[in-house]
Amino acid sequence: MSPLSLALWTPLACLAVLLAIPSSQKAAIKLWANVSALLGLAAILPLLAGFDKTNGGFQFVERAPWVPSLGVQYYIGVDGISLLLMALTAVTAVVATLSSWNAIEDRVKQYYAMLLLLQVGMLGVFASLDFILFYVFWELVLVPMYFLIGVWGGPRKLYAALKFFLYTLTGSVLMLLGILTLFFQHWSQSGAPTFAIDALLGLSMPFWMQQWVFWALFIGFAIKVPMFPFHTWLPDAHTEAPTAGSVILAAVLLKMGTYGFLRFSLPLLPDASIDRTIVQVLVGLSITGILYGALVCLMQKDWKRLVAYSSVSHLGFCTLGIFSLNPNGIAGSVMQQLNHGISTGMLFLVVGVMYERRHTREISEYGGLAHRMPLFATVFAFAVLSSAGLPLLNGFVGEFTILQGAFEASRLAASLAVIGVILGAAYLLWLYQRTTLGQITNMKNNHLPDLSPRELAVFAPLVIWAFSIGLYPKPYFEMIERPVARIVERVRPGYFQERPQAPALAELDPAAAPAIRLQAGGAR
Amino acid sequence: MNFLDLIWLIPLFPLAGAAAMLLIGRRLDPQGASAVALAHGLGEPEAHGHHHHPFASTRRLIAYLSPGAVLLSFLFSMGAVVQLASLEHRSHEVVLYTWISGLPFHTATGALSTFTADWGFLLDPLSSVMILVITGIGFLIHIYATGYMAHDGGYYRFFGYLNLFVFFMLTLVLANNYALLFAGWEGVGLCSYLLIGFYFHKKSASDAANKAFIVNRVGDAGFLIGMFLLLSLTGTLRFTQMNELLTSGAFTAETAGFGALSVAALCLFAGATGKSAQLPLYVWLPDAMEGPTPVSALIHAATMVTAGVYMVARSHVLYALTPETSAIVMGTGAVTAILAASIALVQNDIKRVLAYSTVSQLGFMFMAAGAGAYWVAVFHLYTHAFFKALLFLGSGSVIHAMSGEQDMRRMGALKDKIPTTFRTMFAGSVAIAGIPGLAGFFSKDEILWQVFSSPGGSLAVYAVGLITAAMTAFYMWRLMFMTFYGEPRMDAETARRIHESPASMTLPLVVLAAGSVVAGWIGAPKLWSFLPDSFRAFEHWLMPVFTHGAPRAAAGHEAAHHDAGLEWALMALSVAIALGGILLARSLYGNRWTVDPIESLTGPLHKPLRNKWYVDEVYTFLFIDGLAKGGGRLLGVFDRGVIDGGVNGSGWLARFASRVSIWWDTWIIDGAIRLSALLAQAASFPMRLAQTGQVQTYATVFLLGVALFLGWRWFA
Repeated sequence: MSPLSLALWTPLACLAVLLAIPSSQKAAIKLWANVSALLGLAAILPLLAGFDKTNGGFQFVERAPWVPSLGVQYYIGVDGISLLLMALTAVTAVVATLSSWNAIEDRVKQYYAMLLLLQVGMLGVFASLDFILFYVFWELVLVPMYFLIGVWGGPRKLYAALKFFLYTLTGSVLMLLGILTLFFQHWSQSGAPTFAIDALLGLSMPFWMQQWVFWALFIGFAIKVPMFPFHTWLPDAHTEAPTAGSVILAAVLLKMGTYGFLRFSLPLLPDASIDRTIVQVLVGLSITGILYGALVCLMQKDWKRLVAYSSVSHLGFCTLGIFSLNPNGIAGSVMQQLNHGISTGMLFLVVGVMYERRHTREISEYGGLAHRMPLFATVFAFAVLSSAGLPLLNGFVGEFTILQGAFEASRLAASLAVIGVILGAAYLLWLYQRTTLGQITNMKNNHLPDLSPRELAVFAPLVIWAFSIGLYPKPYFEMIERPVARIVERVRPGYFQERPQAPALAELDPAAAPAIRLQAGGAR
Repeated sequence: MNFLDLIWLIPLFPLAGAAAMLLIGRRLDPQGASAVALAHGLGEPEAHGHHHHPFASTRRLIAYLSPGAVLLSFLFSMGAVVQLASLEHRSHEVVLYTWISGLPFHTATGALSTFTADWGFLLDPLSSVMILVITGIGFLIHIYATGYMAHDGGYYRFFGYLNLFVFFMLTLVLANNYALLFAGWEGVGLCSYLLIGFYFHKKSASDAANKAFIVNRVGDAGFLIGMFLLLSLTGTLRFTQMNELLTSGAFTAETAGFGALSVAALCLFAGATGKSAQLPLYVWLPDAMEGPTPVSALIHAATMVTAGVYMVARSHVLYALTPETSAIVMGTGAVTAILAASIALVQNDIKRVLAYSTVSQLGFMFMAAGAGAYWVAVFHLYTHAFFKALLFLGSGSVIHAMSGEQDMRRMGALKDKIPTTFRTMFAGSVAIAGIPGLAGFFSKDEILWQVFSSPGGSLAVYAVGLITAAMTAFYMWRLMFMTFYGEPRMDAETARRIHESPASMTLPLVVLAAGSVVAGWIGAPKLWSFLPDSFRAFEHWLMPVFTHGAPRAAAGHEAAHHDAGLEWALMALSVAIALGGILLARSLYGNRWTVDPIESLTGPLHKPLRNKWYVDEVYTFLFIDGLAKGGGRLLGVFDRGVIDGGVNGSGWLARFASRVSIWWDTWIIDGAIRLSALLAQAASFPMRLAQTGQVQTYATVFLLGVALFLGWRWFA
């Protein structure tokens, strides 16, 4: 078994052991769940250690036939982008599991089983190189998340769970149509059925067909991200999900959408991806998401809902970076996907800490928490600053790089997106002020215990990670540099050559990009 | 020891101090923020009087550690600057590592470049002035704060933030590229936020902190765009490389008219208007006075707010190439200077007068920078750091003596009760008013002269500057007369408790007062040709920075000294106007008064002035209530109603359709089947009557049938 398969299936093996523990042994189940999460993280380490940064292709590749008649394979492998997201998944799993210790007392065994199943699904999504395998993992993720929200969620859990399920399922079905189109197109061209991504790369498709497939995949990915206007499942799912569910949802699940754009839409459909209309629509939706999400944050009265909408805004930056279609935009987007996982994960954990103590998410119920909970106030401040993109913390690196890329693509887009940076500071600081600063006005907040050592242990890895990325992001950039370059080279061949004669204005507008391609590389 | 290669240590000492304070400070000073701060009520010190603090000995450790870290930075800065002077080109760069290591991108000309920024430091005469001001004056303010904050909760937290601020500020001025400068820029903004909101239990304090951070973010957005535009034009963020490219003449196309470079310069200046509190973003600074007074002195007077001036001076090659933007800089500075000074005329809160004064003086600095006289801007920055830090610390000492009172209408006649504070503030007020021989005179007069005479200057701006100078003299001396002269106007209890501040507070005042007196003598006017050249050391020290690629400023300087008679006349005019301001203040406030004489002096303007020209109200209406709250609420309704309404609507539609289907299924399809069954049932009803299931009945019917049949056969 390759190290990648080992990393992928470790949570499932742990799940098998978990199921063997009797349901009455709650402590043993909790302990084993945490050990499992750590084992899952440990299983990622050999991948990180053995990863070759100079290689832009897929590594730790493993393939075996699965459904030979249709060419479906068990085909897995990672590049820098997917490995980074797998590492994020593993760390998030550790944090989410540990954070659930006291929060979940009901159906403990089933709960942790769902978490482990979820982990397998998420890792599988990032590791798959076969479209059907990818689709299976993609759908697998849906099931445990549905139950996490529907069983262990808040008051409106059934509504939220169903909404989440139906929304994503709608997207998935359209996505499947897109996948099948690619499959049949390839079959008719080469005579051999396959779902392998690298084989599909060689496909030649008429532009109109690329466009249709692009939009089909787009619906699937855009709902997952979520991009405006497909975002309304998110606030409900986030708000009703248990803390660990929100953390995983924000940190990893949303990234499946952006990852889909990077792994499939751009490389498989390069002509559609650079099409003027498509780029304009996607950049437009991204910017709308950034500003819209931020403005809606300003009127939220529910702490968790506010954080949920902030995700819409932050993910808008991620998709803006992707559809800048240049190295810094895309690299910044990958960095920001990681950063958002860390900072928004922390923000949800922060809400969870307070929800466990007070069982309310109403912002107006709080105020002056810093007096009794100084440690909490400090950790919360780090989360806020990281999310607001303060330099020396992680968020800045991603935002800064995305904005540089966006600026290269369209000065107007970058100038609009930068307003989101202002609004981001506004809603986060206002949230912090209303909950944490000021006098204690509600006596229920007067005797709250500060963070316990376990809770500190939940936050510590994220805070440390946030600083390390903010101070020294170079290793991360090195990891993703080559895969990003491959994507850019695929969409815009000849990008990495000097073009001293290119008119300066060509860079201002993505609309002019096809002209550049024509000049640099000719027809594909 | 080679201090030049160790300049990276200069910001590191305060960072280590901050880390120590914030990580283990709680243990040293366990009576943390909350308990004491809550007991304080208003938050300003003195509520406790002079009792011994239970953790006095561990607090002393903080009181040594925190200023000590800044002192170390100061010593290393001195060493580095001395060694810098012996370098021929007076510039030294130290790169620690690559910080932002982005990917390749295309510049506006299509060339391929890479998006990187080092964690690198540049020491040249410009940054050397800045680090000496920051660490020198910073050290004095730290000392002052050990006394001022002695009775406050969260001692460790205060000094942790203060040290952190010094770290970021030093990073800002030592950075060798825009990205790292921006990191320091945002970092000082964060520390400003933390320290304005230091008394976080007060709503007004956290409101002011939020306002400062968010208003600054507006400017920072402009800064970011300007940075990307420069990067796109030149392919680099590093100052030395960028300046070389800009001076190479490759950008003549962009500088013709209001080109891309002008836009870039304007965007950077937008950042400066935030940090340095200029129009239209100055509104946060007066509110920032919610922070403890040492913070006002260090961050909101002497150092952080000058970061914008520093940044423009650092980008002098860019601004020299973009005369239109430079004119905007100068104009903005002038309008801000007079607007803020006019508001300062009528304020009664001692710290607010000084806050508006700071906004106004920063306007003077931008007037100089916009006129192309960058060294003069930095010179005023340097002299201003002395006298404004002094005035703020002095006002803190006054507030300390007055048991927290900040309203000057309830002060008066303090000069003999707190003599050291009075004498030092006297020196500061003379200095800022522009009386010859003191620091403020040299720098302000040079600014006025440059604005008047240099090619980038303008007569109108000069006139504005002159009027502002008169206002400055007046409001400062109004402050002095209201506070120290005349009749005492405080209540008896407060009067009884008036006391001079401890040595830890007065000693920094004395040092700063000495600085306010003598600091200007290294920038004496060329006109005073009787003085040897060493009295003009400041300009000579900075010249290598600003002559590099800025021929306009140098040419302006040549032109500046051909008409000695005119220059003498203008100097006499500005001195006369300063004296006039002081004398007017004296005539109005020197004697007994009950109704503030400024009310009759300003007449119908008094109300708008008191209300700060209603700028805050307009901003609140437009941006807080309008854009943020209104827009947020509107979109929130849109989100719930329209978008989610659509989603829920489709869900409802699906449920409706399913109900219709069920109905159809039950009543039409199933109904048809059941109807046919019913019909069959009805039709079979008579038949069924016979089907009783009883053998006897069947037998009877059978027999009856047989009998009937046989009977029929019989009769037939």
